[in-house]
Amino acid sequence: MKHTAKSLVSRVLMWICIILLCIISLFPFFWMVRSSLMTKTEIFGTPMRWLPETIQWQNYRDALTQVPFARYFLNSLFLVVVNIIGKLLSSSLVAFGFSRIEFRGKNIWFAIVIATMMIPWSVLLIPQFMLWNVVGFYNTYVPLTLPAFFLDGFYIFLLRQFFSTLPRDYDEAAILDGASYFTIYSRIIMPLCKPALMTVCVFTFMNTWNDFIGPMIYLKDPKMSTVSLGLQMFISQYTTEWHLMMAAATVAIVPMIIMFFFAQRYFIEGMTFAGIKG
Amino acid sequence: MKTGKMTPAVRRNLAGYLFIAPALIGLFLFYAFPMLFSLFISFTDWNLRNAPKVIGASNYTALAGDPVFLKSVRVTFYYTLLAVPAGNLYALLMAMLLNMRFRGRSVVRTIFYIPSIVPAVAAAGIWMYIFNPYNGFLNQIVPVFGMDPQMWIYSPTQVIPCLVVMAAWSAGGTAIIYLAALQGVPTILYESVALDGGNAFRKFIHITVPMISPIIFYNVIMGVINSMQIFTQGYIMTKGGPNNNSLFYVLLLYKRAFEQTTMGIACAMAWILFVILGILTAVNFAISGKWVYYGGE
Repeated sequence: MKHTAKSLVSRVLMWICIILLCIISLFPFFWMVRSSLMTKTEIFGTPMRWLPETIQWQNYRDALTQVPFARYFLNSLFLVVVNIIGKLLSSSLVAFGFSRIEFRGKNIWFAIVIATMMIPWSVLLIPQFMLWNVVGFYNTYVPLTLPAFFLDGFYIFLLRQFFSTLPRDYDEAAILDGASYFTIYSRIIMPLCKPALMTVCVFTFMNTWNDFIGPMIYLKDPKMSTVSLGLQMFISQYTTEWHLMMAAATVAIVPMIIMFFFAQRYFIEGMTFAGIKG
Repeated sequence: MKTGKMTPAVRRNLAGYLFIAPALIGLFLFYAFPMLFSLFISFTDWNLRNAPKVIGASNYTALAGDPVFLKSVRVTFYYTLLAVPAGNLYALLMAMLLNMRFRGRSVVRTIFYIPSIVPAVAAAGIWMYIFNPYNGFLNQIVPVFGMDPQMWIYSPTQVIPCLVVMAAWSAGGTAIIYLAALQGVPTILYESVALDGGNAFRKFIHITVPMISPIIFYNVIMGVINSMQIFTQGYIMTKGGPNNNSLFYVLLLYKRAFEQTTMGIACAMAWILFVILGILTAVNFAISGKWVYYGGE
């Protein structure tokens, strides 16, 4: 009897904690959506209202027409697609080289590639900007896309680990049949690695969609702006129009949330991998 | 030369270097060359328009005597000192809840994780509104608890704690990493503590913490590296204020580079940060031997 009473108490405590933490996680989003559907007077009114009296859908129309968010969406989407293609191609080719081919100097190069993960982004920000500026790519998408086709230490590491779990027999059989390394890569390894490649896709989507510092320093032309950058400009211009600001924030967040619900598994796997390697 | 004429070893070496060529080119173009270039620029006076003029170590000595720079260092360390423990404890709490058996666990996991995937700009906008002294949520709700309205992010003393709360809120990614670690702890260890009459707290201190210490170590290192580079919150929510009390290091670096176009100073700051982060990581590794438990060693 005593034992069950004690476990009941701990169950209740557990549920209180879970519910409390869920409220903390979700409340800011609730507050954002609630405010995005209110009038300006309601937002500033006292006493505070939890919900709008009538739902103000036109806030979304107003927010989306004050700045060309549709345009920003397409720009962001373009950057996302090009970055995904770049990271998939470069990281998988490099990871294949590091995991399936024995060549001289392999380990030292791999160590150097992995070490790039330890270089803080803020240290590279200024010199990369200066160089893109010198070669005349300021205010273009080149600095925001081209680097994706070369080196990403984390994805190379992730894919190499995944490739290494595939049996070597496949390669040997293919080599006996006269297949080239590229055939092994494109016909055998890549089709077997869809889950790992999906992880690269979802993280690249998230990082590109959420990136704001890159677009901010490289893009001058407002027409080229991305969703995150557009939202930042909106926040700094409409400082007291909280209802419009929250509508714009909702619009910027929704694509990430939708993507997350479809690809949740790959996010969790990627995060778990990030910790296990440490 | 035809491929057929090559010995297998030559063919392997050639193929290997061809496959890793993108990484080697990227290594040179986007890492090695920019780093060396910025090291050179840090010893010059350059505004992007004229040619860089070599001025020796003046940028570094100027920074050492610059009160704004020293303030940004203090502010950033203060934030890191609060944000890393707060974020890790909160993440560990989430992970331990997720490690229990209950209905709807994957839904709760999703809820905990979502704050960490939304754009930082959007999160900054939402929290700016919640912390707003005039009509923000907090000042509407604190009178209920008998508190006076506060200035929150506009108060010199509260601004950093406010941003720490925001950082803990988005610690869901760290929680997922802790969860994976917790799931790797053999249950038999907990059973043996239970047999000895140990309570939940003893289980946590004597089993959980040592068993997941490598992951705590990893998360602390990553937390320090990320917190030291906090930027977006300062840039959007506080503009470094009030009175430079949230003038984070990278925010000042950004201002020096893009508002004052003193590229030499900005590069010197970048290299100082690089060295500081290198030292912090090394110190973390050095003291890890005292408390991190690696199975099988």
